[in-house]
Amino acid sequence: MSEAFDLLVDQPFFKGMTEDQIRVVAETATPVSYREGEFIFFEGGKADSCFLILDGGVALGLEKPGHGPTAILTLHAGDLLGWSWLYPPYRWSYNAHIHVDTKAIRFDGPRLKEAADADPVLGYELMKRFTDMLVKRMQSIRIQLLDVYSTPR
Amino acid sequence: MHPVPCRVHSVVRELEDTFTLELDPPGDGWEFAPGQFTMLYAFGIGEVPISISGDPSDSSRIVQTIRAVGPVTDALTAVSPGDFVGVRGPYGTSWPTGSAEGRDLLIITGGIGLAPLRPAILEVLDHRDRYDNITLLYGARSPGELLFAEELQEWRGRFDLEVLITVDRGDQVWRGPVGVVTSLIGRASFDPESAVAFVCGPEIMMRFTIQELLSRGFTDDRLHISMERNMKCGIGLCGHCQLGPFFVCKDGPIFRCSEMGDTCWTREV
Repeated sequence: MSEAFDLLVDQPFFKGMTEDQIRVVAETATPVSYREGEFIFFEGGKADSCFLILDGGVALGLEKPGHGPTAILTLHAGDLLGWSWLYPPYRWSYNAHIHVDTKAIRFDGPRLKEAADADPVLGYELMKRFTDMLVKRMQSIRIQLLDVYSTPR
Repeated sequence: MHPVPCRVHSVVRELEDTFTLELDPPGDGWEFAPGQFTMLYAFGIGEVPISISGDPSDSSRIVQTIRAVGPVTDALTAVSPGDFVGVRGPYGTSWPTGSAEGRDLLIITGGIGLAPLRPAILEVLDHRDRYDNITLLYGARSPGELLFAEELQEWRGRFDLEVLITVDRGDQVWRGPVGVVTSLIGRASFDPESAVAFVCGPEIMMRFTIQELLSRGFTDDRLHISMERNMKCGIGLCGHCQLGPFFVCKDGPIFRCSEMGDTCWTREV
């Protein structure tokens, strides 16, 4: 078994997938680590991968002119980072800044897509998990936009 | 039913629009249970329900945290030491801290919702050995709008209390989580099969929190929430605070989710 497989098999994100499916996904995966202050990617850069965070924290943000970097959302252990690799124009929409030392699994986007195209059952399992994450992320952003803690005057 | 005049002992500005009043109680033996509220009267202006935010083991003061959101609360937050305000109560149901004994306790709150939970936190910390893991998840609008910031810092330093804080909007110096409070639930240590949760905050936040906890294996008989409606009498007579089959002032403000049924999810109730 590869190191990536051993790391992936216990991750809640892959719960419900068969070991064979996880093994195929693991072939596109590489363990990575980052130090506090580093950037994983920058807005506008080529998006060719996604990351499953194992430990640590990553801030997604943008540079506001005159204000410097502003975090919109932070991601932590168990969260998936990045879906720009799935859709054209394959460019990152945000900066990914390491808040605290982080360990993650990096997935090679094109290879993962190839594997999903070759096995639609695997592709469907992966897509279910990505859409679940997308829906939850969107709901969170909507609540943030509602500004529920503001003073009701 | 008559408000008793109580002298303002001190006023602490917590946030730009939020103040904590310490009042001299009307007599010896003033007691309350965590989660209860009083009706506070600004003489000549009006009366509003305000949660008690003090330590339930300290009967020497009535401590109430008020956000200025209208004429009455504007007046209540403009008082000075030596002034008088009217007090009725305490009223309402309380956080069932006893039901969490021997279990993990998850306290989830947002914004000024921390104020009515503070007495419960102080009580369980006073009897820390009765509980397993205790976790406080707190969401605020921004780093500058964290209620009881110094006390939060103190609690974060304890080894027997897990405190996770998130903000909706970060700033240049904030190094903590950014996002909604539900995003912290996955990072907390609790057994969803037996843990008890106390939830207090804006209703939208509470609804999403309930959904998230249920999806993680909680059952609604172990979920307790604090509801808010426009109260008038405070004792279940006038009907102003009716919420479906309940009067929030008398049957609440603390409700067990299983007792509420679909009331939480019913539009325009």
